[in-house]
Amino acid sequence: MSIISGKIIKISGPVVQAEGVSGLKMHELTMVGDMELIGEVVRIEGDIATVQVYEDTGGLKPGEKVTGSGLPLAVELGPGLLEGIFDGIQRPLNVIKEMTGDFIPRGVKANSLNREKKWHFVPTKARGEMVTGGEILGTVKETPLIEHRILVPPNVSGVLDYIIKEGDYTIEEIVAKVTKDGTTKDLKMYHRWPVREPRPYLERLEPYEPLITGQRIIDMFFPVAKGGAIAIPGGFGTGKTITSHQLAAWSDSEIIVYIGCGERGNEMTEVLLTFPEWRDPKSGRPLMERTVLIANTSNMPVSAREASVYTGITIAEYFRDMGYNVALMADSTSRWAEALREISGRLEEMPAEEGYPSYLSSRLGEFYERAGRAKTLNGKYGSATIIGAVSPPGGDFSEPVTVHTKRFVRGFWALDSNLASMRHYPAINWLTSYSDYVDYVEKWWNSHTEGKWKEMRIRALDILKKEDELKEIIRLIGPEALPEPEKLIMEVARLLREGFLQQNAYDPIDTYSSPEKQFKLLTAMLTFYDEASKAVSKGITASKIAALPSVADMAKLRMSIENEKVAEIDIFLNKVLDEIHKLEAS
Amino acid sequence: MQISMEYRGVAKISGPLIFVEGISNVGYDELVEIKSEDGVVRKGRVLEINRGVAAVEVFEGTSGLSTTKTSVKFLGKPLTIAVSTEMLGRIFNGIGEPMDGGPPPFTEDYRDVNGLPMNPYSRDYPTQFIQTGVSAIDGMDTLVRGQKLPLFSGSGLPHNLIATQIARQATIVGEETGFAVIFVAMGIKHDEASFFKRSFEESGALKNSAIFLNLADDPPVERLVTPRSALTLAEYLAFEQDLHVLVILTDMTNYAEALREISAAREEVPSRKGYPGYLYSDFASIYERAGRIKGRKGSITQMPVLTMPNDDITHPIPDLTGYITEGQIVIDRDLHRRGIYPPINILPSLSRLMKDGIGKGKTREDHAPVASQLYSAYARAQDLRSLSTIIGEEGLTDKDRDYLRFGEDFEKRFLSQRFDENRSLDTTLGLAWKELSLLQESELTRIADKFIKMYYQHP
Ligand SMILES: Nc1ncnc2c1ncn2[C@@H]1O[C@H](COP(=O)(O)OP(=O)(O)OP(=O)(O)O)[C@@H](O)[C@H]1O
Ligand SMILES: [Mg+2]
Repeated sequence: MSIISGKIIKISGPVVQAEGVSGLKMHELTMVGDMELIGEVVRIEGDIATVQVYEDTGGLKPGEKVTGSGLPLAVELGPGLLEGIFDGIQRPLNVIKEMTGDFIPRGVKANSLNREKKWHFVPTKARGEMVTGGEILGTVKETPLIEHRILVPPNVSGVLDYIIKEGDYTIEEIVAKVTKDGTTKDLKMYHRWPVREPRPYLERLEPYEPLITGQRIIDMFFPVAKGGAIAIPGGFGTGKTITSHQLAAWSDSEIIVYIGCGERGNEMTEVLLTFPEWRDPKSGRPLMERTVLIANTSNMPVSAREASVYTGITIAEYFRDMGYNVALMADSTSRWAEALREISGRLEEMPAEEGYPSYLSSRLGEFYERAGRAKTLNGKYGSATIIGAVSPPGGDFSEPVTVHTKRFVRGFWALDSNLASMRHYPAINWLTSYSDYVDYVEKWWNSHTEGKWKEMRIRALDILKKEDELKEIIRLIGPEALPEPEKLIMEVARLLREGFLQQNAYDPIDTYSSPEKQFKLLTAMLTFYDEASKAVSKGITASKIAALPSVADMAKLRMSIENEKVAEIDIFLNKVLDEIHKLEAS
Repeated sequence: MQISMEYRGVAKISGPLIFVEGISNVGYDELVEIKSEDGVVRKGRVLEINRGVAAVEVFEGTSGLSTTKTSVKFLGKPLTIAVSTEMLGRIFNGIGEPMDGGPPPFTEDYRDVNGLPMNPYSRDYPTQFIQTGVSAIDGMDTLVRGQKLPLFSGSGLPHNLIATQIARQATIVGEETGFAVIFVAMGIKHDEASFFKRSFEESGALKNSAIFLNLADDPPVERLVTPRSALTLAEYLAFEQDLHVLVILTDMTNYAEALREISAAREEVPSRKGYPGYLYSDFASIYERAGRIKGRKGSITQMPVLTMPNDDITHPIPDLTGYITEGQIVIDRDLHRRGIYPPINILPSLSRLMKDGIGKGKTREDHAPVASQLYSAYARAQDLRSLSTIIGEEGLTDKDRDYLRFGEDFEKRFLSQRFDENRSLDTTLGLAWKELSLLQESELTRIADKFIKMYYQHP
């Protein structure tokens, strides 16, 4: 393979043009300038190539060299991903810190995966077997929580000529040899895969199982299925990041890929500090053991920000291919779209809406389409769920990124600045949010809630909708003029909002609600409503019922009753009902 | 060391930009000296290089430059400033040159003003409570050391007064050493600048402060460098000299306007309201220079001030700032009109790092639930206030009337304080419980019973 090399003629921010490079391929990885900055070819005209550079271009000079690598931008996939923190082009930030200190200079070169560390490899195939792409060659216990399944690269197949015996090896050692048509390929515990190319699978499947997040408003009202795609749009400070963190921490996915895309450095630090401490609710192991972090913060180079979502989703697909349920959070996809816009501007492309390139929509579509549940090449079932934060300018959901995102996701958790300013968290608006996954996950939920899930959620949402309508009326006639049954609806809606929908991420008990606790809480509130309605029909005022001592406490059950002690909710409910009946009797 | 190249004559002058042809061996973003006919030297920097033509932005502006009689020297290095601890107590222009008539301070190091991105892996999470003595902030939107928390204001509102009150009163309870203050003026008026200087002098804070001035009639291009020069010094003081630095940046609106001006001169495709699409990233390159680093003693706390055009919080300047900073303190015209100082509207205000800076062992265990309850009660009071203007107070329930009374009282007693009043946290929380005690006990759904027992004052 001949290496193509030319000279810089133009530098504008992260975009560089070089001439004399005919033969360079689109999306080829290139070394730019004397500092050998990493770049990717994004346009070719004649013998001039335009390269987007993943590092700050300050000091680059016309005439310096631009050299191709013959390879596309790719990630390394193998043991060493978990518990790692990488930048947008998968450079390990912990290693870079060791090499260069607390600030990131340019031109740092570091392998994505550790080359020295030994992993205990257990082969699962034997010599002489036929293997095809995506099959499992062996396993490595990467963290106490996760078994890393070593995959044959998707584009390799043939007869297994050699497989190494069980033992401790680095990822550079050859663990297997596969021969097909007389050519032999050496396989290591890792392989590379181009980030812009979705990894193949056997068959795409409909989602059916909910991703249990432990967040009540999500699980009960706007569920996401494993393999689904959901957007969290919201103005600044409405809770996109906290919601994403909550899902990364508590959702019942086996692997988490968290992309901090153009956001705050401190938010990554927070994950790095808390995840090793927080425990997976099922296994009791530190959450970090199942997590991969991609951090390309807002002050890091903008082109690497563009690449970060692809790096993340490729890693997610890789774990899906091992047969895991993976959840990926991208916070924030808007910063990625802005990176696209900035590069497009430097390329002097014709802008479409608000300066975004005309291909914004297709890029968003391609990304969200990489979510899904699949039968993998090795016959296991895996899924990749995408949860994308969207940061609309001015909190206006009619802007291009939100509008186009809506076309490709099937759930929308609309965050509301008014709720956030009242400190109603999570500030997910129950009137404007939606999830198309309700019908898919209904069966699962009904089988875990005595068949009642769907009916309960409809009733509760209905009460909340009525509250909204009644508020309009109150605006005209005042609250005192409402008939008693309507006053009761207002009280119950308030109870639902404060005692069920609100969920404090920082409260040790409230932060995660098991499905059972969610079910019991909602049941208690709806039963309360039924009994209170009867009492009202017997002439008892709604305000008397609301003033019952245990009614105020009912709103605090979410914080006072631990997941292991949900039976106490039933006891509590009986107390409330008793109080109502006593009122009736007196 | 490379040889710097000098060129005579420029091809084109457009706004703050000059275009130099036939260049070679010139680097992107490097520093440039521009000499005009009269021998005066200005500074600039390379913005783009395209086939032998360099676009250069001139910090001091291009007025008085001619295409023929201008000579341009490329210095082969980025813009650096000299930094040292001796810069405290001194006043500088936007590129770090002394403006107070004194000699240049002794130089301990030269640093590229753009700095480098802090490795997220190196950051340490900010958790230390800064007592500002202002109830609205300490009680409701607590500031912590290493945070970036802006003031969102409007023209004619007392943000300068609030900023100086905070700069003067900010302390870590139980620590001797205070903050070194770096005050960065961008495009502000002369009288505002002298207000700050005077108040720094009066409080004796000047000797522990460095002031960077780029005033309204100073060149806009220099305005783009001013915060970067100041933050370069801040990083040196915090991470090499172990100081806790508080950086006040005012006014970011003027900064953004300068950025828009340069962008227009470069004929870039604008995004919203004519601001360049990279305004977010550009802001981030300033705001993200706040924080702490593991294993180092110092810290950088930022308090940017901005005036929202037309008081519109959705305008790109406050909007993009809010998307980067760790919360915001919103100053409200209506409260100001009603004579309340500080007129901080707590509802749209937020401190994202509050949760880790407060609570048991830091402030008080009831702090978080009390703040949360005050928010929800005040939000309800505001709703009822507007409702009662339509239907009258009679249409409200007794409970609703409690909330109205709470709202009024909260503004008068809790929010309001004097410009020189420095409240302890206990005073602030004591006032908070007085306000909450105006509501029925059963209304306090966000507070655990044990705190209600401890602090609720029965009528
Ligand atoms: N579930 C929750 N429980 C408690 N507090 C919350 C919750 N969700 C959000 N918050 C509060 O809201 C603040 C802002 O949330 P967050 O940082 O997630 O906003 P964001 O939408 O990501 O904003 P930005 O777009 O600026 O990044 C948090 O710092 C926290 O105080
Ligand atoms: Mg966020």
